[in-house]
Amino acid sequence: MISFVLNGQPVSVQAGGLSRLIDVLRHELGLTGTKEGCGEGECGACSVLVDGQVVNSCLLPVCQVDGSTVQTIEGIGGDDLDLLQRAFMEHGGTQCGMCTPGMIVAAKALIDAGGAPSLDDVREGLAGNLCRCTGYAKILDAVLAAAAARREEAT
Amino acid sequence: MVPGRSRIVGDSPVRKDAFEKVTGKARFVDDLSVEGAWVGRTVRSSEAHARLRAIRFDPAFDWSTVVVVTAADIPGENVIAAIADDQPCLVDGVIRHAAEPVAVIAAPDDRTAGEALRHVSLDTESLTPVLDHESSDQALKSYEILKGDVERGLAEADLIVEGTYRVGHQEQMYIEPQGIIAIPRQDGMLVQGSLQCPFYVHKALTRVLGLAGDEVVVAQTVTGGAFGGKEEYPSMIAAHAALAARKAGRPVRIVYDRREDVRATTKRHPATVRHRTGVMRDGRIVAMDVEVVMDGGAYVTLTPVVLSRGTIHAAGAYRCANTRIRSRAVMTNTPPNGAFRGFGAPQTLFAVERQMDRVARALGLSPLEVRRKNLIGVGDTTATGQLLTDSVGAREVLEAVATAGNVELRHAELENKPRVDGAHLARGLGLSVYLHGAGFTGSGEAHLRGKAAVALGRDGRFEVQVGSTEMGQGARTVLAQIAAEELGVPLDDVDVVTPDTSIVPDSGPTVASRTTMIVGSVVREAAAALGAELGAAYPSLELRAAAREHAIERGPLRVLREYRPPPDVRWDDAAYRGDAYPVYGYGANVVEVEVDLDTLQVEVTRCLAAADVGKAIHPQLVEGQVQGGTLQALAWGYLEELVLKDGRVQNDRMTNYLIPTTLDTPPIETILVERPYVRGPFGAKGVGELPMDGAAAALASAISQALGVEVDTLPATPERLLDLVRGSR
Ligand code: FES
Ligand code: FES
Repeated sequence: MISFVLNGQPVSVQAGGLSRLIDVLRHELGLTGTKEGCGEGECGACSVLVDGQVVNSCLLPVCQVDGSTVQTIEGIGGDDLDLLQRAFMEHGGTQCGMCTPGMIVAAKALIDAGGAPSLDDVREGLAGNLCRCTGYAKILDAVLAAAAARREEAT
Repeated sequence: MVPGRSRIVGDSPVRKDAFEKVTGKARFVDDLSVEGAWVGRTVRSSEAHARLRAIRFDPAFDWSTVVVVTAADIPGENVIAAIADDQPCLVDGVIRHAAEPVAVIAAPDDRTAGEALRHVSLDTESLTPVLDHESSDQALKSYEILKGDVERGLAEADLIVEGTYRVGHQEQMYIEPQGIIAIPRQDGMLVQGSLQCPFYVHKALTRVLGLAGDEVVVAQTVTGGAFGGKEEYPSMIAAHAALAARKAGRPVRIVYDRREDVRATTKRHPATVRHRTGVMRDGRIVAMDVEVVMDGGAYVTLTPVVLSRGTIHAAGAYRCANTRIRSRAVMTNTPPNGAFRGFGAPQTLFAVERQMDRVARALGLSPLEVRRKNLIGVGDTTATGQLLTDSVGAREVLEAVATAGNVELRHAELENKPRVDGAHLARGLGLSVYLHGAGFTGSGEAHLRGKAAVALGRDGRFEVQVGSTEMGQGARTVLAQIAAEELGVPLDDVDVVTPDTSIVPDSGPTVASRTTMIVGSVVREAAAALGAELGAAYPSLELRAAAREHAIERGPLRVLREYRPPPDVRWDDAAYRGDAYPVYGYGANVVEVEVDLDTLQVEVTRCLAAADVGKAIHPQLVEGQVQGGTLQALAWGYLEELVLKDGRVQNDRMTNYLIPTTLDTPPIETILVERPYVRGPFGAKGVGELPMDGAAAALASAISQALGVEVDTLPATPERLLDLVRGSR
């Protein structure tokens, strides 16, 4: 039995310890917002936060999250969208949407780290998330806008 | 509504599918849970060319636990319907390329399916494959475009400039791999999946399954990028899934993993293009003689139309009185090549743009000057003799990037900069300008007559019904904007239904930069007619109120319209002359690079992209198309290389077929130019493919300037650049 806190709720799963976290999330727990684009740690579509850190859930055996806190796209924003989600909507940061959950998750870690990330910080922070549609420009715009809005909220 | 004043068109409202996409609620094919569905896997050949003697099933595996489908199980025809109908659904006799499907296995779960797959082997007799398109003599299609007298033009020229250009495969690498679920029903088959063209899949399935049209339903799921890669191959996967579902008597899901997707599905055609250009001392081009060879791969698929578009675009955005373009596509024993954004044009436009740089160098002109002198404009004719009469933004896009990029000065500065011994960085600037025909080639739209419907529902809201698919480009939003604007109702009152062949009319495939311009114009007509009917029914009411009244009192109302080709667009298919496209989009790029002289790694430091799109219905989406397409073009230029060995793809993963990350991506500065096209909805022209056409050439040009070589082969990898630099010493 592997137990962790998923999007704020404690969960326990029966899965084999070597099952990939992505499969447990998608198949056992029905959270299909986490996507698989490559299955080998290259595209970041499967990004989730484990104890606040971005990880590729396609590479992570589920036993490694035992006792941890896991956050997926479903745990971001809820009915009331997160700043980042609103910024992606407003700035055109999503096209086909396949990279979007992973992008937002990775960007969330970046923004939660606080401070005023520069364009280069954002490029650096999202370097593990591939997008084939947008050319990234509007994703970067969205994340910078969300970071600015976050600072505004804080003051 | 005040005529000519638009509130919705030209604005950039939040896209219709944004909420579901940013929340992770959007259901892609692999996210659907279908009760009782089995998993399908495909048995593929490892050889490029062989006779298939037998499929061997190892008795060590318990075959009663799975279902196996081979060619013998096909109730209809063993063919994936396309232009030539030469591609089998499952190999029966002869294997023509590596990764060709031979059998399908369906099992209750992944593990069992994988286990079964490992217990299948193919008994084959090897045949000699043809692997190189330049030496293949198996032509599958050829074209010739003639204008003026090219021999005379060349004879009269002051100078003849020659060049040979080569480009390689390109993998679409949409982030969502291909996938289909087939669900058997009492009266036929329902197929859902990630696809661009539901009616293509529909047609293919009726042939393979031997079913009538109304017995097959194809519905699109949220599609995670396509770029042409989901135009034809989904028919293959759908056929496999449906055959397995039929035999198993239960739903079957086939979702490729990345490696299978890269190994098996279609890619951009490699090409070799030769140019002989006759020029006068003053810079005028008087003759263009072009020869194009494309690698079709093992089956015809869409190659004839890809070659056609490539051929028509081979003379670029230039006026020239004497032009000859001869092209052919040949077969090789490699996985079939097919649709990829640009559809043959990026290959030939790369060649002509590099050739223009060569011409400039030969004449001692700058790349900008030579383009200014020869650029096509209103009153000029294209290679097929099409007279350009309006909506020609060629000069605007060129001047826009020239000004924004300070091209005259920057180019000269970089050209004249003394080469410093021991320097570690070299800089260069490149320029390109190009055109892209929007809509189908020639009489395509006239034959197809795409349909669209706009309907008033019971709830007083409107619905656009089209076969055109949303695959990320924003079709759902743009078509809704067009209908809302025309009806004069808020955007929120209009939805676009998800394509399902049992509900929507056939608007034609979602390809060829035709959705906004062609389908959008039909949507606009249907909306106008619906609005007129509502207005006539309730003359005293505003449209929105009239709609509500109508819904309550008289019920729903639907208007269907079909595309009517403009009567003055003429095309002669036999002679390949006339109006090849209803209109063209125009684009231009400036690219600056830094090349590391120790590693020959290229970094793009600046990229400008101007696009004449007629009218940007949704400027933010248009910019998104321009930025995304330009990045794909840049990456094709220096990063993306598909490696084949003995006809087998060697780099079938994202770790070894690289696409750009945020760190490889320069800011792409977009400039939208609007030269309205009178027949496009609100003046719009197609934009989807245009941004793929020119950035690779501008990049190659920039690298050429930086290193003092001519980069004529893509991608410009460090290995290739090393050979060039060594050769030039
Ligand atoms: S699916 Fe995990 S990194 Fe691509
Ligand atoms: S939006 Fe399609 S991959 Fe990013």
